[in-house]
Amino acid sequence: MSPLGELVQKVRSKNAGPFWLTIDIFCGTEAAFEDVRQRLDTDKVAARLGANSQDLKRFDIASLNVIKISLPRPSVQGAVDDRDMHGASWAALISEMDI
Amino acid sequence: MVKVLIPSGALGLNYDTQALQRGIDARPDIIAIDGGSTDSGPSYLGRGVSKYARASIKLEWAGLMAAAAEAGCPLVIGTAGTCGADSAVDWMLDITREIAAEQGTHPRIAVLRSGQDPAQIAQAWQEDRITPLPGAPELDAEGIRACTNIVALAGAEQVAAALDTGADIILCGRTTDTAIIAALPLQQGVDAGAAWHAAKIGECGALCASNPQSGVLMVEFDDADGSVIHPLAEGAHATPHTVSAHMLYENSDPFILYEPGGHLDVTEARYRALDETRVHVSGARWVASDRYTVKLEGARVAGYQTVLMVLLRDAHYVANAQAWADDITAKCLEKAGQRLDAPPDSYSIELRLIGQNASFGDLEAREAAPVEVGVMAIVTAQTAALADELGKMLNPYLLHHPLTREEEQPTFAFPFSPAEMPRGAVYEFALHHVMTLDDPMQAFALEVVET
Repeated sequence: MSPLGELVQKVRSKNAGPFWLTIDIFCGTEAAFEDVRQRLDTDKVAARLGANSQDLKRFDIASLNVIKISLPRPSVQGAVDDRDMHGASWAALISEMDI
Repeated sequence: MVKVLIPSGALGLNYDTQALQRGIDARPDIIAIDGGSTDSGPSYLGRGVSKYARASIKLEWAGLMAAAAEAGCPLVIGTAGTCGADSAVDWMLDITREIAAEQGTHPRIAVLRSGQDPAQIAQAWQEDRITPLPGAPELDAEGIRACTNIVALAGAEQVAAALDTGADIILCGRTTDTAIIAALPLQQGVDAGAAWHAAKIGECGALCASNPQSGVLMVEFDDADGSVIHPLAEGAHATPHTVSAHMLYENSDPFILYEPGGHLDVTEARYRALDETRVHVSGARWVASDRYTVKLEGARVAGYQTVLMVLLRDAHYVANAQAWADDITAKCLEKAGQRLDAPPDSYSIELRLIGQNASFGDLEAREAAPVEVGVMAIVTAQTAALADELGKMLNPYLLHHPLTREEEQPTFAFPFSPAEMPRGAVYEFALHHVMTLDDPMQAFALEVVET
């Protein structure tokens, strides 16, 4: 088990409009991409984000060595219970996840 | 063939003036810049205002007006004033007139307005002309009518209509980020897949290249189905990787992009380095839709807030910050129930512990002992007066609340006086829907202003 962030180049999270969040895992190399794509459990990612795994869309993009995960925002952007207007910090939660 | 010069990802983020000059010298057919986004939250749309300083917008826009005049090409801005509401477009028009007067020029200005009458949108909702997108919130006619601003996102058709006026400057209300870049190439017969794909790559300026903050990007279309992506700043390089990776950016699906009138599919796209700086892009496909739809955005008041901040530095309180905060919340709500003539569901109090779990609350997975904890107390209520009263009721707890009755009364650090900071109305996004139109101009208004 290692934190995802130690296996990859960078994890980024951004809004994809006010109602969606998207997390891009830049693996950096083909070897890291293959390793992470096999070890990264989508259900665990969903649990970590407090989301339902059936709501997650996952794209394993070999040409970029990127794994992209998109989901309806845990709180709609700017709602009273939203803590992060730009969806910036979710990357840290995923980067620190042991896989 | 057609050349589109993109000075930066958004007006207000500045641009490299030397790179812009290089772009002008290359004789672009149009200069296109985005003026907004929903990314800063619902307040800007709710209030119909810009997030950027007027002085910054004026300075950068004056530079682009001069550049367009020198290049002899039109200048277009999409989503003027951050949100693209009519009031924000008027603000941009006012700035444009002021600059023209100062530069001694008399540009012809086309103004494309995207603002919608909430009553008419509610009517369209009742007539089933409005469809939810995935992840859309619950909606009803009353919730639509409560919106302080609703905008429809214009596509290439409406921007093209504005270009057809022959205006020197085109100020658009809300448009898709891509429409202002795709409109002219599409008008001039560029392959639709190539036009929309290059527009998506270029929508954030040089963000699709190395040295992303340099801003300036040229997109040049060829006679086939391709385009060349060329960042113009010194030391900025586009590579197949930086360019293709931009399809990921703020996009829930990296292969499909929905626009008014169809969608872009880049599954088969090819990216080829021409040299160290430029990338040739081809192979994207445009799929026209049966119905012509435009996306709607709307914001309405969700309540009124008052915020307080207090700092815990005493190690005992830092270690027990959550219990302290929970106790304060319970006690203050109890007191509010006794003293305020307002139903308990008309207000809320939330204490977020900065340094501990303010980013994620219960989802936080990491534990570490902080040196200090910042407590951000957020009061939300149905009226500003009620939020103010609750903030004042919360104040003595945040200043003096002890963990146990036995100890001497503690005092904590308020960074400000008064401690209560009224935030006014807080807004929420209400719409994530598309509306079907019989004609692309149906929901938009076009006006030409002579100066």
